[in-house]
Parts: sequence; structure tokens; C-alpha cells
Amino acid sequence: MEMVLAIGIGVFAGSGVWLLLRPRTYQVIIGLSLLSYAVNLFIFSMGRLKIGAPPILSVPGVGDPATMADPTPQALVLTAIVIGFAMTALFLVLLLAARGLTGTDHVNGRED
Amino acid sequence: MSNGQLLLLALLLPFAGSALAAFLPTHARNAAAFMAGAIAVVGCVLIVLMYGSAERSEPVRLVLEWLPMLGINVSLRLDGLAWLFALLIFGIGALVALYARYYMSAEDPVPRFFSFLLAFMGAMLGVVLSGNLVQLVFFWELTSLFSFLLIGYWHHTAAARDGARMALTVTGAGGLCLLVGVLLIGRIVGSYELDEVLNAGGLIRSSPLYVPVVVLVLLGAFTKSAQFPFHFWLPHAMAAPTPVSAYLHSATMVKAGIFLMTRLWPVLAGTDTWFYLVVPAGLVTLLLGAYAAIFQQDLKGLLAYSTISHLGLITLLLGLGSPLSAVAAIFHTVNHAIFKASLFMAAGIIDHETGTRDLRKLSGLFRYMPITGTLAMVAAASMAGIPLLNGFLSKEMFFAEAVENHTGSLLDDSLPYWATLAGIFSVTYSLRFIIGVFFGPPATDLPRKPHEPPHWMRFPVELLVLICLLIGVVPSFTVGPLLANAARAVIGPDLPYYSLAIWHGVTWALVMSIIAMIGGVLLFLGLRAYLDSGVEGPPLVRELKGQRIFERILVVISWQLARTLERAFGSKRLQPQLRIVVVVALAAAISPLWLRGMVSEGTLPLTAFDPAFALLWAIGAGCAIAAAWQAKFHRFAALVLLGGAGLVSSITFAWLSAPDLALTQLLVEIVTTVLLLLGLRWLPKRIEEPYPTSPPPSVLLRRYTDLAIAVTVGIGIAVISYAVMTRPLGESVSRYFVERAYIGGGGTNVVNVILVDFRGFDTLGEVVVLCLVGLTVYALLRRFRPAPESVGAPEQQRLQDEFDEAAPDRSPGDTVADYLRIPRLVMQWLFPVIATFAVYLFMRGHDLPGGGFAAGITLSIAFIVQYMAAGTRWVEDHLRVLPLRWMGLGLLIASATGAGSWWFGYPFLTTHVRYLDWPIVGKFPVASALMFDLGIFAVVVGATLLMLVALAHQSLRRTRSSRTAEGE
Repeated sequence: MEMVLAIGIGVFAGSGVWLLLRPRTYQVIIGLSLLSYAVNLFIFSMGRLKIGAPPILSVPGVGDPATMADPTPQALVLTAIVIGFAMTALFLVLLLAARGLTGTDHVNGRED
Repeated sequence: MSNGQLLLLALLLPFAGSALAAFLPTHARNAAAFMAGAIAVVGCVLIVLMYGSAERSEPVRLVLEWLPMLGINVSLRLDGLAWLFALLIFGIGALVALYARYYMSAEDPVPRFFSFLLAFMGAMLGVVLSGNLVQLVFFWELTSLFSFLLIGYWHHTAAARDGARMALTVTGAGGLCLLVGVLLIGRIVGSYELDEVLNAGGLIRSSPLYVPVVVLVLLGAFTKSAQFPFHFWLPHAMAAPTPVSAYLHSATMVKAGIFLMTRLWPVLAGTDTWFYLVVPAGLVTLLLGAYAAIFQQDLKGLLAYSTISHLGLITLLLGLGSPLSAVAAIFHTVNHAIFKASLFMAAGIIDHETGTRDLRKLSGLFRYMPITGTLAMVAAASMAGIPLLNGFLSKEMFFAEAVENHTGSLLDDSLPYWATLAGIFSVTYSLRFIIGVFFGPPATDLPRKPHEPPHWMRFPVELLVLICLLIGVVPSFTVGPLLANAARAVIGPDLPYYSLAIWHGVTWALVMSIIAMIGGVLLFLGLRAYLDSGVEGPPLVRELKGQRIFERILVVISWQLARTLERAFGSKRLQPQLRIVVVVALAAAISPLWLRGMVSEGTLPLTAFDPAFALLWAIGAGCAIAAAWQAKFHRFAALVLLGGAGLVSSITFAWLSAPDLALTQLLVEIVTTVLLLLGLRWLPKRIEEPYPTSPPPSVLLRRYTDLAIAVTVGIGIAVISYAVMTRPLGESVSRYFVERAYIGGGGTNVVNVILVDFRGFDTLGEVVVLCLVGLTVYALLRRFRPAPESVGAPEQQRLQDEFDEAAPDRSPGDTVADYLRIPRLVMQWLFPVIATFAVYLFMRGHDLPGGGFAAGITLSIAFIVQYMAAGTRWVEDHLRVLPLRWMGLGLLIASATGAGSWWFGYPFLTTHVRYLDWPIVGKFPVASALMFDLGIFAVVVGATLLMLVALAHQSLRRTRSSRTAEGE
């Protein structure tokens, strides 16, 4: 499982970076989204992989960290997902505005 | 009021006055001057009242805790030394205020001048009264800032601007060095409190950091006190109005450096390092300043260089390191402040009444202004060190100290000769000042007819000259006790023997004085012809201009270096910049592997391999690669593939025990897809292939480079994450969260408790960011100009309209209205279902997966589904969504919940939990965190809707604009 996830993160990140370096704004926005998936999964994996052990206390009281999934990376990623959405929205609108103003969808603001 | 409070009052008065003066009308010259003078006089009285306390060995103190954990407090401390300086600051400040009233023209915005002057007075007072070193540096930088404003007061002249900027750059940079030095002292001593630092002299001197501390502190002091090689800013600061020069360059600004060296003298002085750093700097400054002063043609220039020279003298004395030389240094500081302030004022009167201060034009003024002339002569004689005046006494002490043996080195042995030479120079330039201005034939080409100034303008000079005489004739009755007090604060309770008498018998010092006087007169007579020829600047060292070097450095740093860096790394193109960012990040990530060797697999037992998971990721990887491949020409396909990748990551979260993440990812995925779909409408299709056959080699090269970078990044992240995942997890803050989530936070969903309780403040910040993005998107779209190609109706709509028009029984729009009719009806009916689901997610969030974020996005999906099903116009006719209010209300609830805990005396965002038995629902936790989560929920709904609706609205706006274009 670890190997599969690691390769998956690598593929997401690689595809994301490739698109990030492309000239068209739409490619960059897709690339950023892929890259955020990769980064979110990467941060999440810092809590190590556990199956069937969600960070929810079954009995009210003191929980045992050894038997539960690590909540800290999950809390970090949860906020990252929401902020990632905000970033995509902002970038999309910038992209549209830039397309209208410059007449091109090249990230440099002109065709060359 | 206690003495400590009086001290605080004395410090705050000038600042309060400064703020007040700033609001006076532009031409309220009298009011502003009166206020400044009154504040200075009151300050004087306050300081004098505290003499009794400062006289005792225990200083007056006032400590107000500010950042106690960092050892930074507002700490005031008045001992003998601070008392003497404070008296000078207020006393000379009062006289300068009176003088400035007459000097400043009624046309100038005089209240602003006094506002700056008072603020500067306060800052300077802060420096001398600080009982804490960090606080001292703070006020030190304030003096730099306010002196910048004062020097640049006549900002319409280039000289004032340049002089002000130069002074600020030099003294401000020195202040930064001082700050580092002070931080090092704090590190050695363990405290920034002056009392503790002064008691830790041995500790500091034996520390390995001693040399850096001395160098940094001296850089601060030397720049401020215009010591060679940083002296060049001072003559340029003469572009300031003369009252400023009289204040800054006699008793205050430049004396801050002297004060600092005196203040830290007990802990830093007395070593060889100190001696060889301070004495040469002081000696060179003393000689160079005096030498250059002789050859100045500008009256204020002459005084400026003489100030530099006297500052060098004091620095030299402090560098010698013997207690007696410290006493002499303090004494000369006071004397110099008094005679130099009166001389600057006299120079200002001459300038004011004749219209020039050029020594080549001035001549024979004595017959027009005999009283001013007499006063200036006495003050200049004091500067030259003539007996019966205060300058003589401290100069005698200096000569005596120069003869004394300190280190036995060549430098030390040669000091008497250098001292005598400096004495000769000072007699020469004093003579030049007096004879050049007041004697000789009457001046012919003066801009104004010279006459005596108004009496009150001359009064400060009269008073200062009187003090010169009093100190000079009866020193032990006037300055004696004050000096002893100040000296005790520096060198301890046991003062060395010294006598302030005028006559000590025939000593070396007296012989040196006599030689200096005779030599000075002879030198003046010898140079007279040369000086009258009107050459500007001193011979031999004329080319040695610190200013030019300074400007050269400024040009190199702020212009050439910036240009070079910009040329090397800057680009107006985003694509290469992004590549640089990625490559730098990659290099930073690889460098540890490079240095420490490759990481290996860890020891943690692997989780059991599941083929289904591998299949899932095969799909995920396929989606990602295909999206990367298709994003250029097939945008819609890329969007679908992106959604696939998002789903895979959502399923992965669910698989690996993160239900909250899975849920949120899924919901966000939906919203993102809708958002990008809305955006695609405004992105004209790309059809043209720029390279029909094959791309040119440069493009191919770029692509392969990027591919290599992307593959390296992918492999690198895969390797690192595998290496981490196979290593056991160390102890982290998670244990605290898991153990305290229920007991402290009242929830069993630990992730949610972290978000709304443990790290609630972060979450608050995050929703604020969300609001800002929402507003930015909204603002950007209000002035949105779509690409011209995309303004017309989209292709599908055109085809549908053509079909409708062709059919006889249809009207345009029917096809759209019929399209997917049943699913649309279902979508409309789903609104209450989705909304209820959102409420459900919200309510259970504290204990089970869900929470404000997920619920907020769900509700916004409920709304956006309506937009998709029924069209923008129908929704807005039937449903009033006010995203801005949702956002505002949400922020208000979240902040108010946080602030509510203040009411009960807890820190911001402290949670209160209680379980209530609700009818029907059952036992249900009511934590204040729930209210906070409600705020988050509302913000998320508002911000998400604001973005989506703003974008969806664009289709309406287009119709309207094209309608107006077609219509009339």
C-alpha cells in the first residue's frame, strides 16, 4: 500500500509540475490542482497509513493515539483542501480577466 | 506623584506636545513656540526636582512590564549621568525653542518644525532615560528618524533632502548594528536591564562575544557621533535650519553616541580592544575635524567640523579607559554643548541679519552688532580653550590625560603631541571665526543691512555665554557637584582625585595650552593670505570625501546591484520564473539527499497490499497523466480527468481512515468542477496548432527540460514519501489532541475538535482568507471584460436557436427549456434534501465526520444545483441568496464566539462544553465551539456562493450588453 500511494503521489506531483511549466493558463490551473492533490496526500501520509482506524473516539473519554489515525495531518489537510478551492477560484478568475485584457491565454501575457 | 511617575511624565510631555503641535494651524508660530518652550521648561523643572533622588547612589526607576517573558520592559532609570544629559536636553531645548521663534520665518509651516523638534526632544530623552537596552535602541532609532525630518525640514531644497537622507542612512545603519550589539549583550548577561548589564562588566569582557559586541556598539556610537570614517554626514546636515543645528549638534543627536559610550563605559572600556578601536578613531576625528574646520568658507561648516573635532576629543578620552579621562569626557561633553549651542545660535543670528554665512563675504560686523560680536567672541574663546572659560578647564583635563601613561604603546606616548596639534588647530579656527566675521573692513556686498537681532533672539546666547563664564570662573560652585554625580554613575562611588581649579601650578597641561595658543595664533597669521584667497575645502585632504564614497556605495547597492540582479533573475515572463521557482525548490529538496546520502527504506511493517487499491491508483495515475497531456487542446476532457484524479484521492482518504477528508474532498471536487465549467464558457477554444509540422528545436528543448524536471519532482516526492511512510512515527502533538479531545473539547471527532477548538484561531484566519478570496473574485468579475471571441452566444446555443427558428411550431429557447427536463425537476426537488443533509453534517460534526466546512460546501452545492437546474434568472426571482450577508454574519458569529470567552475571563476562543438533553434529538453536546463552527459554516456558504454566483452571473451580463448593442 505504501509503495502504491508513494508512486501515486509521485505521478500526481510530476503531472502537476509538468502542467505548471506549460505556457497556457488553463494548463497551469489544472497543474496547480493536481499538485495540490499530491501535496495534500503527501501531508496526509506523514501520519502513516492506517486502515479502519479513523480519528474518532469510540468511547467518550481519553483516546489512545496508537490505535487511531493521526488527527494532526488530517486537520492540516482539511484546511488545505478548502484553501485550495479558494486558490483555484481566484486563479480561474484571474485567468479569465487576463484572457480578456491581453487577448491571449499565454502565461507570459503575450504570444512568443 | 512618585519620582518614577514624574520621570514618565517628563518623557511623555514632549511626545504629547509634538502630537499637539502637529494639529496647530500652519502659521501658529507663537503658539507652537510657546508650547515647545513651556514643555522644555516644565521638563527642566521636573528634572531639577529629581536632583535630590539622582544624587543618591540609587537611581530613580520606573518599570512597566511589557514583554516580561522576553525580558523587554518599559523601564526608566535616572542616575547622575542621565540627569545631566536630561538637563542639557531640556535646558538647551528651551533656549532653542525661544531662539527658533525668532529665527523661523513666519512663512514657513512653523508648528510642524516644533512638532518635529519636540518629538526629537522626547526621543533623545528616551535614549538617556532608558533603563533597558532594547528600549534605548528603540529611542535611538527614533532620534535618527526625527533628525531626518528636522534636517529635511526645508524639503524644497535638494541640499536638505540629500543631507537628511545621508544622516538617516548613516545613523540608521549604525542603529541596526547597535541593535545587534545590544542583543549580543543581552545574550551574554541574560537580561537587557541596564542595572544588570552594568553589574556584569567582568562577564561581558571575558565573553568570547566581547569583540563583536564592542565593534557593533561602537559602529552605532561612531555613526551617531560622526566619528571618522562616518563623520561626513554631519557637515551635510547643516542644510537644516540653524536652531536644529544648534540643538542636534551641540547637546543632543551627536551626543547620543557619546552618551552610549559613556553609559556602557563601565562594562566595555578598559581593555586593549577598546583602546585600539576607540582611541585611533577619536584621534583621527579630532585632528581631521579641526584641520578641516580651519579651511571652511561657510560659517556653519566651520562649526560643523569643529563639532566633529570636539566629538573626536571626547571619544578619545573615553577610549583611554582611565576613570579620570571618563570624568574629563563627561565634563567636556557639557562644556561643548554649552559653547557650541551658543556659537551655532550666533552664526544663525549673523546669517539671519546679514543674509549670508559665507566667510568670504562677511567682514567687520563688530561695528553693526557689538553685543552679538562680544558674545560670539567669548563663546569662541571657550571653544579655543582660553582660561577663565569652561572650555579651558576640560581641555586642560584632556591635556593632562594625554600626558598620562595608559598602555605604554607608541600611540599612547605620542598622544601629547597630537593633542597639542589639535589645540593649535582649534585656536586657529576660533580665530578665523571671530576675525573673519567681526573684524576687518566693513562688508560691502551683504544681501541685507546688518544690525543687532531682537533682544529675545539674542537672549539664549547671552544665557549660555554667562554659563560658560560661570563654569569657567567658579567651577566647583557650579558644575562641580553635578559632574561628580554623573561621574559616580559611570565609574562607581569612589571618584579619583581631580580638581576643577583654574590654576594647578605650572604643569605639562598648562605648557601645552600655552604652546597651543601661541601656535594657533601663528598658524592663523601664516595661513591668512591662503584663507583670504577664498579656496573652498582643506588642502591635502580635499579629495578625501567620505560623502563621495558614501554616494558611490549607495549607487552600487541600490542601483547597479539591483539592476544586475534584475537582469540575471528578473523576467517579465511568468513561464521562466515558474521554472526558476520549481528548480530552486527541487534543488533545496535534493541538497540534503546529496549531502547526507540517499534515504533508504524504513523499518515499519507495511500495510497489507490490496489489489483493489492498486487498481484505484492505476486509474488515478492514468487520469493525472492524461489530464497533463490533454489540458492544452481538450480542456473539457482535462477537467473530467482532473475530477477523476480528485475522486481517487477522495477514495484514498476514505480507505486510509480519514473520513472527514474524504467527505470534504468529494464536496470540494464538485464545487471546483462546477466552477471550472462556468469558467470554460469564457475561454475560447484553442484550435490553431502553432507548429503544423514539428516544433522548432528551442521549443522541443524546453519541453524536454520541463519533462525532465517534472519526472525528477515526481520521483523525488515518491521516494521521500515512501521513506517517511515506512518509518515509525515519533511522538507528536497528536497525543495531546487525542487525549484531550473529549475531556477538553467535548467532541469525539478529533479532527473537528482540532479545527474548531485547539487550533480555532488558525481556522478563524482561514475563513477570513476565504472571505477575502470571495470578495476579490467578486470585485474582479464586476469589471470583467471577456475575450472578444467568447462574447457571442456559444455554439450549442446557436445550433439550438437555429433549430427552433427553422421549426414552424417552436420559438427560440424552447429546446433549452426542454433539455433534460426530468433530471432538472429532480434537481429542483433535491434542494430541501441537500439542505437537510447539510444541517445533518453540521450537527454531527463535533462527534462524527462532518462539520462546518463540509456542511457549508454542501449547502452551497444545494444552491448551485438550483442555478444549474432552473437557470440564473429563475433562481434569482424565487430565491434571494445574499452571499455577502452570509459571510459577514459568519465572521461576526465566529469572532463573537471567540471574544465571548473574554467575558468570562478566559483567553480568546476558549471553549465551553456542556451536554444537554434535548427533546426528540436526545443527548447533544452544546459546546461554544459549535457556535464557532456555525460561523465557519456561514462563511463557507457565503464565500463559495459568492464566487460561483458571480461567475454564473456573467451569462446574464452578456445578454444585457449585447441587448443594448442590438436594441436601440
